[in-house]
Amino acid sequence: MVAQNFRHALFCAFITLIISYPILGLNLEARGVSITLTGAETQTYVGIALAVVIVFLFQLFRPAIMETLGQVKAINPMINREPMPQEKRVKFERFALILIVLGAMFWPFIASRGAVDLATLVLIYIILGLGLNVVVGLAGLLDLGYVAFYAVGAYTFGLLFQYYGFSFWMSLPIGALLAATFGFVLGFPVLRLRGDYLAIVTLGFGEIIRILLNNLTDLTNGPDGIGGIPDPTLFGMEFGRRVKIEGNTSFHEVFNIPYDSAHKVIFLYLITLILAVFTLLVIRRLIRMPVGRSWEALREDEIAARSLGLSRTAVKLSAFTIGAFFAGFAGTIFASKQGFISPESFVFLESAIVLAIVVLGGMGSQLGVILAAIAVTILPELAREFSEYRMLVFGAAMVLMMVWRPQGLLPMTRVHINLKKQEAGVTDHA
Amino acid sequence: MLEVRDLSMRFGGLLAVDQVSLDVGEREIVSIIGPNGAGKTTVFNCISGFYRPSGGTITFKGRPIQGKPDYKISRMGMVRTFQHVRLFSRMTVVENLLVAQHRHLNTNLFAGLIKTPDYRKREEKSLERAAYWLERVGLMEMANRDAGNLAYGQQRRLEIARCMVTEPEVLMLDEPAAGLNPNETRELNELIVSLKEDYCVSVLLIEHDMSLVMGISDRINVINQGRPLACGTPEEIRTNDDVIKAYLGEE
Ligand SMILES: Nc1ncnc2c1ncn2[C@@H]1O[C@H](COP(=O)(O)OP(=O)(O)OP(=O)(O)O)[C@@H](O)[C@H]1O
Ligand SMILES: [Mg+2]
Repeated sequence: MVAQNFRHALFCAFITLIISYPILGLNLEARGVSITLTGAETQTYVGIALAVVIVFLFQLFRPAIMETLGQVKAINPMINREPMPQEKRVKFERFALILIVLGAMFWPFIASRGAVDLATLVLIYIILGLGLNVVVGLAGLLDLGYVAFYAVGAYTFGLLFQYYGFSFWMSLPIGALLAATFGFVLGFPVLRLRGDYLAIVTLGFGEIIRILLNNLTDLTNGPDGIGGIPDPTLFGMEFGRRVKIEGNTSFHEVFNIPYDSAHKVIFLYLITLILAVFTLLVIRRLIRMPVGRSWEALREDEIAARSLGLSRTAVKLSAFTIGAFFAGFAGTIFASKQGFISPESFVFLESAIVLAIVVLGGMGSQLGVILAAIAVTILPELAREFSEYRMLVFGAAMVLMMVWRPQGLLPMTRVHINLKKQEAGVTDHA
Repeated sequence: MLEVRDLSMRFGGLLAVDQVSLDVGEREIVSIIGPNGAGKTTVFNCISGFYRPSGGTITFKGRPIQGKPDYKISRMGMVRTFQHVRLFSRMTVVENLLVAQHRHLNTNLFAGLIKTPDYRKREEKSLERAAYWLERVGLMEMANRDAGNLAYGQQRRLEIARCMVTEPEVLMLDEPAAGLNPNETRELNELIVSLKEDYCVSVLLIEHDMSLVMGISDRINVINQGRPLACGTPEEIRTNDDVIKAYLGEE
């Protein structure tokens, strides 16, 4: 046992050495035309040696360390506690959601402009998270190309505005419906795929959309993107200092108040909030409807679902379509918020972030997704100094989550259904 | 009701089912027995549409169904359970029963979102049906538990209830008594008979438990190594030389 541990620890230490030494310990320096290989400073070598020793010791005493870590679980308030009774959890979740929505309503009136702007971004990620939650959390279909539908929504608005002068409000439903159509179309080729294969194909789809946007220069302006995308208006009132589009009026003139650039930010925030709440409520209803239950049934056991007469095609397509619909929503808002979109905004990392939100939040759990969206968007902003290590922290957080709480922050609460007692008599069946 | 003629199923070089025929009439309990690996489950998979048979015909309610997709066959009124219980384990017991009733529900998205009267009525009706069957199989107390947390015997009963809420005409049970204790087996026995007597359901049953099979079957089909060996009433099967030889040779 110990001998085996020792060998294993030695091996791990060795791997650490051969990975870290070339990466950190060797530098390529350009001197004139030639490139020379130089060693790093002593400090770095000490660092590498230290890392090797730490890995070695950790692997050697791993069982003991893991056991201690296991006891750390007890410190984690969420873990060793008796699970809340179901009815209470449902109530708790509803209460928390209402509280969050109320808090969000007052937010723009107490927070700074920058904070409101950031909150708008959080709301966009919440919409994305809730939408992807349908596909990944409920239907159990691992979609790595979700950002494609986000892009479709954003570009629909961008292009409709550029070529036809469509406003935000006209583009919003069109963008969402178009994204939904894309979701539906993507659904077909991946119907028979599961797990890894599905993930790869959706990943490819996300990239195809981005590359298309990049290369259809005539239509989309390619990497230069589309600019000047207008903000939402309120009954034809614009929030800029001057009216940009003919026929519109200006908010501050209509209400005869001094112009304030914060109005625009707050208005956009409130609209996003309304759309986020709309998304939340619609998906919440869907979960409790036959369609939502069939998504979960398919995730739980596809064969059993089919044996009960559920069509795999219909269920999967509906999940993809509805998930994509809300991504289209988020995309339109995003385009409006940024005023400028380019394929750069829709890289794979975005899909990964939204997926992380769903997984961290607890697959299927709406409250979890909302909290995770807040955490994932705000933490990097708070820790700007560490932005280089963002992905590292992200990865570490995911690993720790998988170790300690594989079911996510807040696992999904089941709907509690009160049944009326039925007479188990034979007659009332037929 | 259900007629299977010369059903064959080939997996590569293996002929798992070879020219099997069987009939299930209205309100009949028909059993399939045979040693392990005889091809019983494969017959089920062909009938229920999970496999496309290599040969033969399957007629249900006068219509050929071989090669039809599984979910369509189920919607026609023939549902099955599985040898290894397949529940939606992270959904509650009631939800398991509601999923099964989607055919009776209003699945229109907008009807559900705004809760039209028709939607509510059907939802209520299926809750009643779910409650009825939970009561019937003794799982009422468990209604809001996750199905995966039930005891094994309860899971088996839930699986049957989940079939029954779809209001089938033919119920196919694949080794429903496997893993049950004698008490539970007796209850299951009564339940199956009652399904036939009180709910006009025909039952096609795969079972190893001989006492159960002999006690309740109207007819028994014996399959051995994919081939039909014998078919008849329990009495005929009990005294059939081929069957005795096959079973004694096995054990
Ligand atoms: N999908 C498949 N692919 C290849 N061979 C299969 C497949 N399904 C079943 N078989 C083979 O067909 C034969 C019959 O299997 P089947 O499961 O129908 O037996 P069974 O009568 O249900 O046995 P048991 O009593 O153990 O449940 C076995 O030899 C099995 O290995
Ligand atoms: Mg079998």
